[in-house]
Amino acid sequence: MRRTTDVALGLAHRQVTVLFKNPSLFIPPMLFPLMNFMAFAGGLSRLRHVPGFDFHGGYTAFQFVFVLLQSAAFGGVFAGFGIARDFERGFARRLLVSAPQRSGIIAGYAIAALVRWAMIAVVLTCVALVAGMKIGGNGVDLFGLYGLAIIFNQVGLLWAAGVAMRFRSVQAGPLMQTPVFMALFLAPVYVPLDLLSGWIHAVARLNPLTFILEAGRGFIQGEPTQVALAFGLAVALLVIFAVWARTGLRAAENAG
Amino acid sequence: MTQQVWLIAQRSVVRTFRQPGTWIPPLTFPLMLMAVNSNGLRAATHLPGFPTDSFLAFFLPFSFLQGALFASGIAGVDLARDIDTGFLNRLALTPVRGSALLIGQIGGAVGLGALQACVYLSVGLIFGVHIDTGVAGAFLILLLAVLIATGWGTLGLWLALRTGSGEGVQSQFPLLFFATFISSMNLPRNLIEVTWFRDVATINPVSYMIEGLRSLVISGWDAQALLLGFGFSLALIAVSLGLAGRQLKVRMART
Repeated sequence: MRRTTDVALGLAHRQVTVLFKNPSLFIPPMLFPLMNFMAFAGGLSRLRHVPGFDFHGGYTAFQFVFVLLQSAAFGGVFAGFGIARDFERGFARRLLVSAPQRSGIIAGYAIAALVRWAMIAVVLTCVALVAGMKIGGNGVDLFGLYGLAIIFNQVGLLWAAGVAMRFRSVQAGPLMQTPVFMALFLAPVYVPLDLLSGWIHAVARLNPLTFILEAGRGFIQGEPTQVALAFGLAVALLVIFAVWARTGLRAAENAG
Repeated sequence: MTQQVWLIAQRSVVRTFRQPGTWIPPLTFPLMLMAVNSNGLRAATHLPGFPTDSFLAFFLPFSFLQGALFASGIAGVDLARDIDTGFLNRLALTPVRGSALLIGQIGGAVGLGALQACVYLSVGLIFGVHIDTGVAGAFLILLLAVLIATGWGTLGLWLALRTGSGEGVQSQFPLLFFATFISSMNLPRNLIEVTWFRDVATINPVSYMIEGLRSLVISGWDAQALLLGFGFSLALIAVSLGLAGRQLKVRMART
């Protein structure tokens, strides 16, 4: 167990150091959620006047939850790019040879993804508060919201890690991003679920991310809703993608 | 000069379309976003004063702009690769003119822009978008879309010449995306509630490019919108070409 922790912490330290030394790796993932937040919360706030819009915490808070979850997922995905880059440059192969416990490799990347996203989350939250976001929930509610986002960050990382370890090339980047992007945007992004119509309503109703998103919005509004279901789904996704990442690691091991 | 432009443009077009990984995502991503947003934001059509009851018709023009943005990346990264591999240096030893090089290099972006415009327009028509200005308007949409792709493509060339690396060009993308996001892409400017956002959208040329295209789709012949749309697109081409030309001289002098 200790050897797993050593590998994980050593790798996480290296990933975070690389990140800080390369602003080009760090700044775009930071800017992207901020831009989305400004564009959605600023440009679409009139949507709260649409008849049937029943979220009472203000449009800024409504969008903040989506962008927070999006930044969490993409924080994981961008960390997956780093894994693919490590394979392309040969570092990951050296890591496979030298690591006494290889499961620590996934844990190391996961810790680095969490640290990376934590910084984005702090900046995003500060910007949202400056923009006048109203928080109706108490400390426990916010703990729930950020807890969901943390799990979602790890889900994003595990998905991207599984892809990166199978393809071992940065060219797999679109494959890491696109499904996450689509899954996110097939949830009720701009208006509550009840205001969606047509095929997107049917898809959003079945999309697990809808429940996570709605629970997050419930937390920030101070009216928790579907909490057990949302956490259950988030943990289920975490387990599924942990298996996906572990089998990806095995594929990388087999590839030599 | 014409022959030089033709040869370089031909190379640029062939190079772009030879790599499906280069042109398929820029072609399909705006379509995905159009499918999702046109349904996800349909509720916006219930807002008093919203100019149409079809959000797809309202959002369609943004796809042209988004496609053009991707085209700028392709033009920029391709030129950056030429710089990186020394192709530009070798070209500098030949009598090829700088202007021919620049105009030819955007061939790929223009070709892709034209293809994108045709695909997006066809998809819009298939899914029931009614072009208010008819067939003539549809042709004008294609023309403006190609001009916008040319403008963004030229901007990509300038970024490539300035940074000299594909990574450098890519790293500027969040800024370009930002320019498209802070515009009237999702709502008409008069319906944007947040004052600072509305003000930025009003001084953002991207809003006028979108509104020029949008006017042809949803509001008929609007001389002011068209003048602003075409004017800003041509201005973007002229400014970017000027900047790229100046940067090309610097880069050639360095080598």
